[in-house]
Amino acid sequence: MSRRYPEYDVQSKRGGPSWNDVTRQIVDARLAIPREPRFLDATQWTILCALCACVVPQPQNRPEVPLAALIDARLLADHGDGYRDARLPPFRQAWRIGLAALDAEALDRHAEGFAGLSRTQQDELLADAQAGDLVHPAWQGMPSRLFFSLRLAHDIAAAYYRHPVAWNEVGFGGPAAPRGYVRLGANHRDAWEPAEARPGAESRARELNRHVR
Amino acid sequence: MSAELYLEALETPRARGGRAPDVFSPTGWVPMREYPLDEPVDFAIVGTGAGGGTLAAKLAEAGFSVVAFDAGAWWRPLSEFASDEEHQQKLFWTDERVCSGDNPLVLGTNNSGKAVGGSTVHYAMVSLRFRPEWFRSRSLLGYGVDWPIDWQDMWHYYREVEQVLGISGPVRYPWGPKRPRYPYRQHELNASALALARACEAQGIDWTSTPLATLSAPRDQAPPCVYRGFCVTGCSTNAKQSVLNTWLPRALKGGAEVRDLAMVGRIETGPDGLASGVHYHRDGSWHFQRARHVVVAGYAIETPRLLLNSACPRYPDGLANSSGLVGKNLMVHSNQAAWGLVDDEIRWYKGPPSLAISEHWNYCDDNKDFFGGYAFMSQGPLPAAWAETQVGNRGLWGQALVDEMEKYNHQVGLKIVGETLPQERNRVSLADERDAYGLPIARVSYSFCDNDLRLINHAMRFLRGGLEGIDAREIWSETEGTAHLMGTARMGDDPRTSVVNADCRSWDIRNLWICDGSVFPTSGGVNPSLTIQAIACRTADRIGDMARRGEL
Repeated sequence: MSRRYPEYDVQSKRGGPSWNDVTRQIVDARLAIPREPRFLDATQWTILCALCACVVPQPQNRPEVPLAALIDARLLADHGDGYRDARLPPFRQAWRIGLAALDAEALDRHAEGFAGLSRTQQDELLADAQAGDLVHPAWQGMPSRLFFSLRLAHDIAAAYYRHPVAWNEVGFGGPAAPRGYVRLGANHRDAWEPAEARPGAESRARELNRHVR
Repeated sequence: MSAELYLEALETPRARGGRAPDVFSPTGWVPMREYPLDEPVDFAIVGTGAGGGTLAAKLAEAGFSVVAFDAGAWWRPLSEFASDEEHQQKLFWTDERVCSGDNPLVLGTNNSGKAVGGSTVHYAMVSLRFRPEWFRSRSLLGYGVDWPIDWQDMWHYYREVEQVLGISGPVRYPWGPKRPRYPYRQHELNASALALARACEAQGIDWTSTPLATLSAPRDQAPPCVYRGFCVTGCSTNAKQSVLNTWLPRALKGGAEVRDLAMVGRIETGPDGLASGVHYHRDGSWHFQRARHVVVAGYAIETPRLLLNSACPRYPDGLANSSGLVGKNLMVHSNQAAWGLVDDEIRWYKGPPSLAISEHWNYCDDNKDFFGGYAFMSQGPLPAAWAETQVGNRGLWGQALVDEMEKYNHQVGLKIVGETLPQERNRVSLADERDAYGLPIARVSYSFCDNDLRLINHAMRFLRGGLEGIDAREIWSETEGTAHLMGTARMGDDPRTSVVNADCRSWDIRNLWICDGSVFPTSGGVNPSLTIQAIACRTADRIGDMARRGEL
């Protein structure tokens, strides 16, 4: 449950005038994606799951957004960006190389695969990747810095913030067709928008959010 | 993933059998004239965006036979556009391209569309005129090159496009020569826009509501904007006035044919050295459309790619390339931003993302340590786009990312559209890799020059000052990012230093024309769509004049 927007659930608007048919169906399809890997093998999948937990740590008190499954589905569809930095290989290849390279770095450094490291060790390794300090031959010349910022962190963060659970967390109004919005000014809120729990006004926000439709 | 849903338009061509999708209806059709392949049409136009779509309408209305081709799909916004950042990527050009240089470009979102209507289907609707002096920037301002078109000529055509798009704008525009009132009233300002207004007032400069191509009152079959805020993912109500729902319906009524899912791979030239038609891929196979004139309007990457891919023994370096400039002088706009946090709830997801603007630094030349200018606008990124900025530009991940994202509704931002200088080293060329059609893909090399970086530094200092002036906290600068594409087939007065003349006619092949952002000699500090449409309107009028005089 969102801390800032308690009891706000963007999907409570699903049947209302902010969600048209096309939006309902494509969001439903996203929520229904298979939780098992269809593109990656078991080893790659385990590494990816660990990476997702590092890039977007999720609270324990709600069902987890299946980030690894969302990435795997994108890999299955080979849905790249449509352009790539010349220093990176194509979408699928970049992910395959990156997963293997991070595992190889972990084995070199800790004699344990990436998924088996402690969270601190994982975070340290990723910080080194972000800084471009990882140069194991398993990278096959792909700069770890670019893989981290343009693929790994980029793709995982984008997958998370395209999910309704994340919209609840940040207080996003979500889908808005055809109804749109009326009150555009600062501190003005339409009745179908999330209410923020300002200090001392948490229960009021809770009440308002229960009535979002 | 939603791979199978609402993607039918990408699978089978829709415009055929004498009809085309009615964009004002969830499922309907409108009549469309069709032309045979083996009889030459007057004009084959490659691309249906701001250049090609506009030209198709104007030429068809002038009585020419026109077939326009688009590699993308013909969408029906009312039934096929979701309020969803991920799904709507179906509007972007996502065929592979390779980007290199000191500042490899990010393509897709803010610079590359693939749909009937082109990038205007997902543009931010910001509709600005060039500063008059920019058309003679070399002579009057000391940088870049002069355009071969007079500013008053262009301002006449700006007026025409503003009327066609029903631009909503202010009663009085603070900068430049007096201009007529915009056809529709300005939009209400959202909190994000009012933050820009206060930042400008703190800095002592003018601001105004942004002239936008989204309706502030009903118009024909289109309703006024309801401030959904999903503009850059495609407007699902038709309030946005794009080429898809303005020029193209006019083109069809005028007798043009528009072929969707039709990728032109090669322009054929005959023994006389003239263009004789286009080879295009549709429905799983290649076809050839004969034409008396060919217009290339694929925007600043696909246009040079097609010209280069059409090389033949007579034109070994590609078509229209005797100057060697096809593909060179690629320009973008620098698109940096200053971001900050305020106590107020801003909720910038409501309304068009850039409702307020300052063009102060486009029109004021005082104490600049750089050539050119920049506009800056208020911002309203949707959550995934905002997260990508946090990751890509700020390097946040882990709990730091999650915590920062929770501040989403309290963010304000000022982002520039900054002029970059033309440089020959910035170019589009052909890579060894091939795409699904078997065509060499584009390699796009881009590097800022020192002047570009000085402009960005000036802007960042100024915008941060503006945010400090409204007591924003946690101010940070997004130092990467570009928008828009221009150059690569510049217009000019001299065949040795330009690809086309002022009428967009190529110097080398008199029945080959280029009409899109590729022809810009300089980039200016404003979004290019209005200027592209104005150039297309002018080109259509010139073609009509020349035809009447027998000079075509």
